[in-house]
Amino acid sequence: MTEQRSTSVSTKASRQLWGRPELYTSYGQNLRMLNTRPKQVAVVAMVLLAATYVPFGLPDEWLHLFAMGLAAAIGAIGLNIVTGYAGQVSLGHAFFLAIGAYTASALSGEPGRRTIGFGITFLPLWLLAAGVVAGVAGVIVAPLATRLRGLYLAIVTLGLVFLGLHIFKEWKALTGGPGVGRQGPVPEMFGQRLDRNGDLLTGDQKMYLLTLVLLVIFAVFARNLVRSKVGRAFAAVRDRDIAADVIGVSVTRYKVLAFGISSFYAGCAGALLYAVLGRVEPDSFNLLLSIQFVAMVLIGGAGTISGSIMGALFITMLPRLTQELPTVLPFISSDVTAPLGAANLAIIFYGLMIILFLIFEPRGLFGIWIRIRNYFKAWPFSY
Amino acid sequence: MTEPILVFDDVHLSFAGVKAVNGVSFEVGERELFAIIGPNGAGKTSIFNVLSGVYRPQRGRVVFDGVDLVGKPPHRIAALGMARTFQNIELFSNLTVLDNLMLGRHHHIRYGAPSAFAWFGRARHEEIANRAVVENIVDFLELEQWRSFPVGLLPYGVQKRVELGRALAMEPKLLLLDEPVAGMNLEETEDMARFVLDIRDELDIPMILVEHDMGLVMDLADRVMAMDFGTPIVTGTPGQVQADEGVIRAYLGQEHATEVTS
Repeated sequence: MTEQRSTSVSTKASRQLWGRPELYTSYGQNLRMLNTRPKQVAVVAMVLLAATYVPFGLPDEWLHLFAMGLAAAIGAIGLNIVTGYAGQVSLGHAFFLAIGAYTASALSGEPGRRTIGFGITFLPLWLLAAGVVAGVAGVIVAPLATRLRGLYLAIVTLGLVFLGLHIFKEWKALTGGPGVGRQGPVPEMFGQRLDRNGDLLTGDQKMYLLTLVLLVIFAVFARNLVRSKVGRAFAAVRDRDIAADVIGVSVTRYKVLAFGISSFYAGCAGALLYAVLGRVEPDSFNLLLSIQFVAMVLIGGAGTISGSIMGALFITMLPRLTQELPTVLPFISSDVTAPLGAANLAIIFYGLMIILFLIFEPRGLFGIWIRIRNYFKAWPFSY
Repeated sequence: MTEPILVFDDVHLSFAGVKAVNGVSFEVGERELFAIIGPNGAGKTSIFNVLSGVYRPQRGRVVFDGVDLVGKPPHRIAALGMARTFQNIELFSNLTVLDNLMLGRHHHIRYGAPSAFAWFGRARHEEIANRAVVENIVDFLELEQWRSFPVGLLPYGVQKRVELGRALAMEPKLLLLDEPVAGMNLEETEDMARFVLDIRDELDIPMILVEHDMGLVMDLADRVMAMDFGTPIVTGTPGQVQADEGVIRAYLGQEHATEVTS
């Protein structure tokens, strides 16, 4: 009896999903992360493609770049949580990335060398520590956000970057000093060095797969967060903070939470990014890095998790793509010093992209995707 | 009258030299629909802001369900069971109707950030349970067709209803309605009046109503308090207030007051 009923319910549900994608028969079904069949198929296909074809079909040089992009995506998700969802504009993301990178480097560094090192190379341990230390720093900084908003908050968080830059330049025992730097976090798990070539996989393949797995985990957690009570409270604080308070959302508490979680993500991303790069240089945690993350969020789409990933990959790939331009367009010089050379072109593109996206598609790459989807949803009608 | 749900006792609130609320006292009983009327600037919305904790009065006591509210932050007062709507709609315009109503459930949903990250288990369970409550409110306020629209796109009258829904989702012990029919046409006003009566009769929620539509106030309210310049003129049944000379003077001026009474 029960068996019969369960089969009839499941066939009914699946038929309705195929025939009328908007029709749900239970709240649980409606609240699923991937609540339509096309979404389920597309996401599973993309993850499978990224896990099988990409690492074994593309050259290692590209995998290295992808690994950087995937690590950056974790940081972009973090910035999107505080800026896109909770509406607190932060230019201090580079500072939290730095805290994560240095915590992990110091923990995993070899003891007794020129720079501080504790020799704890077990990856999950230093990754978690990097996130926690950065998260605590975020919680300490958060009270600023309860006092300031909008541009003022952006300027104050900007101050963090310069503060950090100075400390990292001077604290040579930790950072190795400007122009020299130190070794990045050492990714080791169960006696395996993940950044060195092994019997089965090359170092780049291993690092790519590692960042991919971690990004999927971080993205799923973030998606869970933003569709929950906490995500709604963030949006309430962003849209109207006084109304949020009056309906029972403690604005202070959620601003602090947003900063803490965002910085945790930034710390983990910083540690991973520099594990991929292999070397940490204190000068790299400058304003440009913060702006790059803001650009990832803006170009990807503020207030979307998938947009953050698209934006991060796009921004990381951009310099590499412009390097290819001289082969296609002969008038562009590959000389670094040329005014219209590939290196300068990347920077020009970069500014242009931000301007164009803000004017024409404020919802970012995610918005473009929504437009494409709606076009096919309404086809053959124009709207 | 049974034990009052709200005691507003000799409250004074001033901004520099302006006395917005000047020694106002009233009580609201259980299941009572209490209306506050008065010309613009009489201090009606200021009273609401004192009640919901946005302003802190310089003097006086506000006792709600046995708890003194003065000095408590707004989100604490909301958790005690005070819900309100705003004169100018204060909805979260980028969120859907359902999300706005779910935000009304905020302090009924108990799980924290760790369960939210995991989703499966506690968070999912509570989301589904509270979604069912919210769907009842959607039914009650006839919002079915707007459910998954971002509220910023909805017509004004519907937004007002969503805001009422968000307040109802809090399962309040006292509901404050700040001009629920301002700017509405006759049909929308009648709909809203029907909802207000349903809330009183079916849900048994006491309400304080601030409204300029006198027809609506006199038809719905159990008791009315008329105010002018932060001071109460008279409190009584709609009939008593309508006949009061002070009220007529406040609204229409000295000449009319004598004209009507003579």
